[in-house]
Amino acid sequence: MGFREFGVSSGGALDSFGLRVTNLLVGNDEGAAGLEITLGGLQSRFENDRVVAWCGGEFDVQIASTPLPACHAGHVRAGERLKFGWPQIGCRAWLAVSGGIDVPSTLGSRSTDFRAQFGGFEGRTLRDGDQLPLGKFRQLQTPATERISTWTAPHDWASPAKRDPMLRFIPGVDWNRFNARTLRRLTSEAFTVSSDSDRMGVRLDGPKLERMDNLDLISEAVAPGTIQVPPSGKPILLLRDCQTIGGYPKIGHVITVDLGIAAQLRAGDHVHFSEVWLTDAHRLLLDREREFKRFRIGIGLQST
Amino acid sequence: MFRFAQHDKITPMEIVPLGDSALIVRVREQFDDAPEETLDEVLRAFQRIRNAAIPGVIELAPAYTSVSVFFDPITAAKAIETPGELFDLFVERIRAAVAAGADRGSRRRTARFRAHLVEIPACYDPEFALDIDDVARRANVSTSDVIRLHSAAEYRVACIGFVPGFPFLTGLPKKLATPRRDVPRKEIPPGSVGIGGAQTGIYPLHSPGGWNLIGRTPLRLFDPDKTPPTLLRAGDRVRFRVITREEFESFKR
Repeated sequence: MGFREFGVSSGGALDSFGLRVTNLLVGNDEGAAGLEITLGGLQSRFENDRVVAWCGGEFDVQIASTPLPACHAGHVRAGERLKFGWPQIGCRAWLAVSGGIDVPSTLGSRSTDFRAQFGGFEGRTLRDGDQLPLGKFRQLQTPATERISTWTAPHDWASPAKRDPMLRFIPGVDWNRFNARTLRRLTSEAFTVSSDSDRMGVRLDGPKLERMDNLDLISEAVAPGTIQVPPSGKPILLLRDCQTIGGYPKIGHVITVDLGIAAQLRAGDHVHFSEVWLTDAHRLLLDREREFKRFRIGIGLQST
Repeated sequence: MFRFAQHDKITPMEIVPLGDSALIVRVREQFDDAPEETLDEVLRAFQRIRNAAIPGVIELAPAYTSVSVFFDPITAAKAIETPGELFDLFVERIRAAVAAGADRGSRRRTARFRAHLVEIPACYDPEFALDIDDVARRANVSTSDVIRLHSAAEYRVACIGFVPGFPFLTGLPKKLATPRRDVPRKEIPPGSVGIGGAQTGIYPLHSPGGWNLIGRTPLRLFDPDKTPPTLLRAGDRVRFRVITREEFESFKR
């Protein structure tokens, strides 16, 4: 159930799959609310015992002074601190806490819409001193003696960030509005992530993508993953906070299984694009989901 | 190519992927040559696809000539053998949904799409109408003519988008069409009524924007705690009613 017809964007964790995985690791429902941490620096103190897990870029994360690697469940005791350092690679991390972040649900979601300033915690990014309500949790998933779980999730799920990633895409409806040279450059040259990128989209510098026509297009839907090309010829890769409609040509769409990698792009990173079929995109997504189901069953066995 | 009959017109309907988790149903190719008819047709398709409750569909949104359909491939895949069939399955079901509705419609001779008429009080006070002089100059009329023309016309919501609750209104008197400002404003107050090209619209939230501001409404266009969260929906008819500054202030209270 969505609210796109009212102009409300998808929202939620930019790596929604990663957050599902970390939620399972701490014993939550996979859709529980977590935190998205951009460029690290988060320190949080817990008032009662919780299990935490995170995924994302290459961050140094510690519970008290014990390192917590990505996608391992860690036990934080009351009064202890959880610290995120700065990322070596990538820029974002997702943190799941047993019980979930218990903010009220707005329009069917606990996520924050920063542009429209609603949802999440007072419709804004967190600040020093904020106190977040946590939900009740059923049971600790790790035995109390075990500080950090030995079991973990597949590496690609835990740490999707790459220094110079390749993103797979399917051609967009306006593919044929671009000349052959442009289409070749899209798949053969590197693009550099510009500093004015955010949760709405990643702005890319690099070869100018040139259209053959200059017709004004009728505005229609865009989606997270859409690569649109404004008149400047510099593509924008849209992410989950993107607006719902757009009038720029859509040269392609990054496939869903690669959006977690896209969510790690930070200023100065180089990114390549590689074309796949729509069928491949669906097959990859369904394969990953099958693996996820097995992972969920595995976790269920661990905790009994 | 699939075709379906509607109002004695044969309309090709094109369905194109929007990535791997959404698609666009292009009901018509053009908008400006027949905005009313196009909107009616798009909204009919929107409702038919919604009523069909196709498994895996998460949300739908109409915009100008098209309807976007967002879906969860994982849920949808339960009905198919191989991933290669997923998109085709949606295309088939959407076409069937739109066509089935069309058949019923022609038998019952259903009337045009039922549209609400929403009256929007608007104050054209100079403090709110920062760009009304530019609009007047371009149209070669007085500012009071701009107010008169803008508030006399009846508009229709062609699309809600850009930010939550922003209505793109079609039906602006041609005279008032004014290109967007060269340099967009960084911050536009909520309720601001603007003209951007051949359209008029209302900024629901604090946001940047390049439209020419000619007035402001005291009404709230987007409230996430309400159902539905927006004052307007695609297809609604809209009129602006001129209010004084005093009326504007008393609305706010």
